[in-house]
Amino acid sequence: MSSKSRDAKAAEIRRLLAEEGASVAENTRGFNEGRYESVARLDDYDELKAEARAIKEDAIERLPELIEEVRESVEANGGTVYLADDAADANQYIAEVVKDRDADTVVKSKSMTSEEIAVNDHLEARGTEVWETDLGEFVLQVADEAPSHIVAPAIHKSREGIAELFNAHFDVAEPLETAEELTQFAREYLGERIEEAEVGMTGANFVAAESGTMALVTSEGNARKTIQATDTQVAVAGVEKLIPTVSDLQPFVELIGRSGTGQDITSYVSLFTPPVESPTVDFADDETPLSEVGSDDREFHLVLIDNGRTAMREDDQLRETLYCIRCSACANSCANFQSVGGHAFGGETYSGGIATGWEAGVEGLDTAAEFNDLCTGCSRCVNQCPVNIDIPWINTVVRDRINRGDGGAGGESAEFDWLVEGLTPDEEPGGVSLQKRFFGNFETVAKVGSALAPASNWLADRAPSRWAMERILGIDRRRELPAFESQTLVEWFEARGGSRIAPTAADREAVLYPDLYTNHVQVKRGKAAIRVLEALGVSVRVPEMASSGRAPLSQGMIATAERHAEEVAPPLLDHIEAGRDVVVVEPSDLAMFEREYGKLLDGERHRALADGSYEVLEYVYGLLEHGEEVESLAAGEGEAVAYHSHCQQRTLDLEPYTTAVLDAADYDVITSDVECCGMAGSFGYKAEYYDLSMDVGEQLRDQFTAPETSDRTVVASGTSCLEQLDSLLLGRESRHPVELLDPKQ
Amino acid sequence: MSADVAEEFAASLRDLGVSWSRTTREGFEETVADAVEPPAVGTELPFEGVSLAETDVTADPTPARLDAATTGVTAAAFAIADYGSVVLRPDESGTEPVSLYPERHVAVLAASDLVADMPAAFDRLAEAVERERGGGAESGGGTEGGDGTGGDAIIATRPSATADMGALVTGAHGPKTVHVIVLEDE
Ligand code: SF4
Repeated sequence: MSSKSRDAKAAEIRRLLAEEGASVAENTRGFNEGRYESVARLDDYDELKAEARAIKEDAIERLPELIEEVRESVEANGGTVYLADDAADANQYIAEVVKDRDADTVVKSKSMTSEEIAVNDHLEARGTEVWETDLGEFVLQVADEAPSHIVAPAIHKSREGIAELFNAHFDVAEPLETAEELTQFAREYLGERIEEAEVGMTGANFVAAESGTMALVTSEGNARKTIQATDTQVAVAGVEKLIPTVSDLQPFVELIGRSGTGQDITSYVSLFTPPVESPTVDFADDETPLSEVGSDDREFHLVLIDNGRTAMREDDQLRETLYCIRCSACANSCANFQSVGGHAFGGETYSGGIATGWEAGVEGLDTAAEFNDLCTGCSRCVNQCPVNIDIPWINTVVRDRINRGDGGAGGESAEFDWLVEGLTPDEEPGGVSLQKRFFGNFETVAKVGSALAPASNWLADRAPSRWAMERILGIDRRRELPAFESQTLVEWFEARGGSRIAPTAADREAVLYPDLYTNHVQVKRGKAAIRVLEALGVSVRVPEMASSGRAPLSQGMIATAERHAEEVAPPLLDHIEAGRDVVVVEPSDLAMFEREYGKLLDGERHRALADGSYEVLEYVYGLLEHGEEVESLAAGEGEAVAYHSHCQQRTLDLEPYTTAVLDAADYDVITSDVECCGMAGSFGYKAEYYDLSMDVGEQLRDQFTAPETSDRTVVASGTSCLEQLDSLLLGRESRHPVELLDPKQ
Repeated sequence: MSADVAEEFAASLRDLGVSWSRTTREGFEETVADAVEPPAVGTELPFEGVSLAETDVTADPTPARLDAATTGVTAAAFAIADYGSVVLRPDESGTEPVSLYPERHVAVLAASDLVADMPAAFDRLAEAVERERGGGAESGGGTEGGDGTGGDAIIATRPSATADMGALVTGAHGPKTVHVIVLEDE
């Protein structure tokens, strides 16, 4: 990305923050809160998710078979199945159905798949009126805008905005004002459209192949009316919506509403095996009793759309995307999405976390490239997905492909290649942007930085270098850069003569993994960690080691990350083999070992490394549980602290260990519950994302400057979080929690 | 139904803001009169000893009457205690439009048709779909073997609602209020 396109992107993000940010934030955060509460009411949440996942895995595996099965069952019911290769094919078929039915008006119930194929435009161009009956979609139709969210398409609009829109667009006697009035107006207006319509178009959340039963999940009741009131129904669904049987719907029915908007269940879950047998109603008819009206004219067409899905199924990395049930939990739990919404964080059709996978599959890499970088890999969505899709991984894979393909920054400023060339011993081809290569090779940057510190820090802080870094690498000038220590942790440890506790005198031996930041920047927390472990009787080693590969991975440089994993794993596994525990200070590196190495190493080595590694306070917690005395550590004496855990640490459910240990050491702890600090590794440094990063951070600032927290000592586990907190809470120095426990503090 | 399940159903309905009343066959007509807001229409109820005939509810209305009605009364095939949901069976007699178009929906449920949870509900639903299919095959196509519902079902929970207009509003496209009448078995 050139500095010009970075500027343009930053300006667009600022615009969306200003215009849509407030509404999006309020709504998504509301859904998100609701989800946490609603899933907490399920006794068997994890089992339901596992069951849902298994059903989707099986269904996608057997997809060709299910397509044949559903064709037979729908035809046996008297309906038709059309398998469309792509959007054009589907649109042509639908237009024919509409033409055969001589329909002037088509009413639609919300369906992202029909957005994907842009069927409205196609039909309207042929003279058919098309009306969206979902009220959110209706608002967008009137405003001539695209959805900003996959479940609640118009959440970026405020009530005032909608009132203004309706009052200007429709001939209303009294200006509409309240949500009640707006809803009533839309209901009546659309009620008439529904009555006029001959054809009703719906999506399908699920289709049971065995019986041809489709499930529709709505809260407004518009899907019911769309089907009830028209005698020709067209259901448009991606082929991935097929599941084997009606019984398989059960876990999804329990999960989908909760995951999406935080309702235990939406108002209506309709199971229709069309053509339906409800009588068709002509409200003018005052003669025929309902039971005699009949439903003989009803026709049903199931249009199953491929549009790239078969290719996704054959793609080992993108296949998981097809398990998605479009609940939007990933979007609602995403801090960046909560700030800018789907008009920034989305492509042609889909928005939010999983949108990259969908857009890469149905539109192509170029479309996915437009917003893929908004996934910071924080992994907050991972546990929220009801089908356990590793969404950040899909985003990383797509990023890697973008880097390698045309969607990357190939050809950009070759004149500056020299700048990172020496710093970038990576495995990546030239298409990767300089910015990505710089951050991806942060290990080398850190080594050089430490070697030349403090001169490197001084130089990096000078205005001309900041200007050059911004222009060439896109590092925002407003960010304070990490200051490299001239003596690394490894060097300090060596100079000190190794562990103060001899292995022979210790019950346990641990290897403290010298991650990039702890080794070069946050050396203080590394020293504290060593002293804490020793105080609890552990003999410690701090060997020189390669970095985990987190930095290149987050830039989508998978080959480089894999090389790191191959370098890091053998020595650590040797230690584990020898009975030593691996202790990790930086949560994102621990997450690498626990999660991403699963994709980069073979299963056996990954499991051994994951099982043998601990986050530092998780480890301290374990030691205390096994009889070590908390009195050996610095006591809090009631000191009030405000703690922000780290996204990836929370995904791994490690936060409770830190708070438990701080509690035990007599600290009075309040924790933040915001999704993310907004920094997420390199993300917050990038000029194009600086404003977004700060906007996300505002949540955290608000929480830590509230009356009950404003005097507290600020602690955070992740390096990026610490840096973000320092810039959010000017003048209040933040620390890693292990520093509070340091007996030498 | 067991007392526990009934209690859970009542609690779920309370949380959803859905009103309900309990009655016997004798008390049915009076209970219906209390539950509906006139003008009311309904579909004939499949429960023995219970009928809309003696009430102010117009059974089997014409579409025009339905359009003018404030309340629609239909049977619920069964209900799900832990969700507070009633399951409606769109059928040839018009359960779907009667439960959908009027502002108020009154669902009549036999107490014995209350199931505890979603897995139990899906056992029933899958069975109904299966029955339709099995029946269809035996009679050489069509749905003669079934119950005229094609196995269709609506799991309806709380009134219809939308948050698309900037605040939560009930009565988006469907009913604004829902009332459940539980018919005790003697
Ligand atoms: S990826 Fe998972 S969380 Fe995101 S929309 Fe799909 S199912 Fe929901």
